[in-house]
Amino acid sequence: PHALVFLEHRGGSLDSGSLSAVTAASQLGGQVTGLIVGNESEVPAAIEAAKKVKGLNAIVHCTSPQYTASLPETVSPLFEKILSGSTQYSHVVSAHSSSARSILPRVAARLDVPAVSDITSLEHDASASTTTFTRPIYAGNAIATVRSPSSVPIKFFTIRSTAFSAALCEEGTSVEATSIDPTEVADPPSEHVKTSLTKSDRPELGVATRVVSGGRALKNAETFESTLYPLADLLGAAVGASRAAVDAGYADNSLQVGQTGKIVAPELYMALGISGAIQHLAGMKDSKLIVAVNKDPDAPIFQVADVGLVGDLYQVVPEMIEKLKQ
Amino acid sequence: MRPSAVRLLNILVPVKRAVDYAVKIRVNPQQTGIDLNVKHSMNPFDEIAVEEAVRLRERMKDAVKSIKVVTIGPAKSAETLRTALAMGADGGIHVEIPESAPAPEPLGVAKTLRAIVEREKEKANVDIVILGKQAIDDDMGQTGQMLAGLLNWPQATYASKVVIDEANRVAHVTREIDGGAEEVKCKLPVIITTDLRLNEPRYASLPNIMKAKKKPIEKLSPSDLGVDLTPILETLKVTEPPKRVGGGKVENVDELITKLKEAGIEAVKS
Repeated sequence: PHALVFLEHRGGSLDSGSLSAVTAASQLGGQVTGLIVGNESEVPAAIEAAKKVKGLNAIVHCTSPQYTASLPETVSPLFEKILSGSTQYSHVVSAHSSSARSILPRVAARLDVPAVSDITSLEHDASASTTTFTRPIYAGNAIATVRSPSSVPIKFFTIRSTAFSAALCEEGTSVEATSIDPTEVADPPSEHVKTSLTKSDRPELGVATRVVSGGRALKNAETFESTLYPLADLLGAAVGASRAAVDAGYADNSLQVGQTGKIVAPELYMALGISGAIQHLAGMKDSKLIVAVNKDPDAPIFQVADVGLVGDLYQVVPEMIEKLKQ
Repeated sequence: MRPSAVRLLNILVPVKRAVDYAVKIRVNPQQTGIDLNVKHSMNPFDEIAVEEAVRLRERMKDAVKSIKVVTIGPAKSAETLRTALAMGADGGIHVEIPESAPAPEPLGVAKTLRAIVEREKEKANVDIVILGKQAIDDDMGQTGQMLAGLLNWPQATYASKVVIDEANRVAHVTREIDGGAEEVKCKLPVIITTDLRLNEPRYASLPNIMKAKKKPIEKLSPSDLGVDLTPILETLKVTEPPKRVGGGKVENVDELITKLKEAGIEAVKS
């Protein structure tokens, strides 16, 4: 097998989800080539970063002002060119990120092949040319094992980043980086207007090793911040929120953990004032240690918590902060 | 003086009947799937898509000429179409498959929808296809992007705000992306997929439910459209996720801190 991994980058550094995608691609047992697409101010740094990634055998890169925003309408034709005809690639892999999962299915459809989303494990049978994946369905309440048959010449899949460790980076490896010509789209049908990223000094929710999350019991945006942030900072944790807290306006959309938000699997997940709706559990139940504080002893969150404390979070959290400092 | 005639918009909303989001699903003993003998309803993201189409018409009045909903599924999926019609869609298309047929895959669904878009052309061009970002049963999240690829139309996935400028035939869409939001401008015709916060779907009123019973539903088969919905991927089995053994309780904060320390978790700064 020969996998093409879509390496996403921001400001010249590679997304950690893409490093997990390299790990997944390596498990196919063959060659792994990384693809870097972007404009001229980002691509050189991304190439340097990619050269250090263990598990990559080659890098191909493509630079054009048109690729600044990585729009599916402009990037897809490039993928199609790389993958059409007698291509060497048997698999196309990416993180299940908002950008890659917008692009890959579009390309797959144009090549008339199915795609498999958000996989958590894989096994490739080289002699039969089949790849078998597991992936959560029904918000993780069931696990499907699916096989992509040999009749599918190029197997597209996106990976759940929390299920694969990030590929290691090391100095001194030097893989060949090859430039390819862009496929310019004349008169693109879509245009990027602006991106607004939520700024935070805390670790990024999707990759943080510790997460402190709050729910509806946090009352409002002020108490959400004043209660959770000191604890999160003390633990070096990212801040998360339940859908209820996001819908009530206590926390930003980008902090939502759950079926429709971020899927996280940190070392520590602390659920404060979160009842544990099934949609929330779907987003965090693979965490290593789950700590829950809730006033309601019957809250479903306690069924998945390793350490549950029934109590008022407005007393528990300050006490916890004080005692953790000691 | 009236401005030059703006072509009126036709909106197509694909909807899927899925196991209701509140149902606690169970894997069947044969491990071939889940017990489907439970409450079903419209995929919540598709409900948001229907709502958005109806709101576009409420905002843009006569500029929206038609809202058509389409579903692919067994006989019972007609109920899902009726729900959408009661919310305000004008007519429906039901691509019926046997109850025993395996669930179609996104690629097959996208090909079917392409065939419908092509077929509608004979009457009126579809300008906007708006659909859920994913179905909460298979969680694939591919259909919109695949349809956009097949039609070679622009796509705006994970929409949290949609504004249509009908005079310039452009859609301004705010999208939810990892870590924030992005704004894109797409020429019509366009594919839009909905995210959670685009709107809150309405409940259909009783008079509208009654009215919906009289709205037309056209029945088609996959072969009428020249499409094959046989899945390509083979589902080998469906299993329960590994059970998490939770339920551990502590009495007070001291015990909680001890547990954290046992797990090697301490403050990073004081």
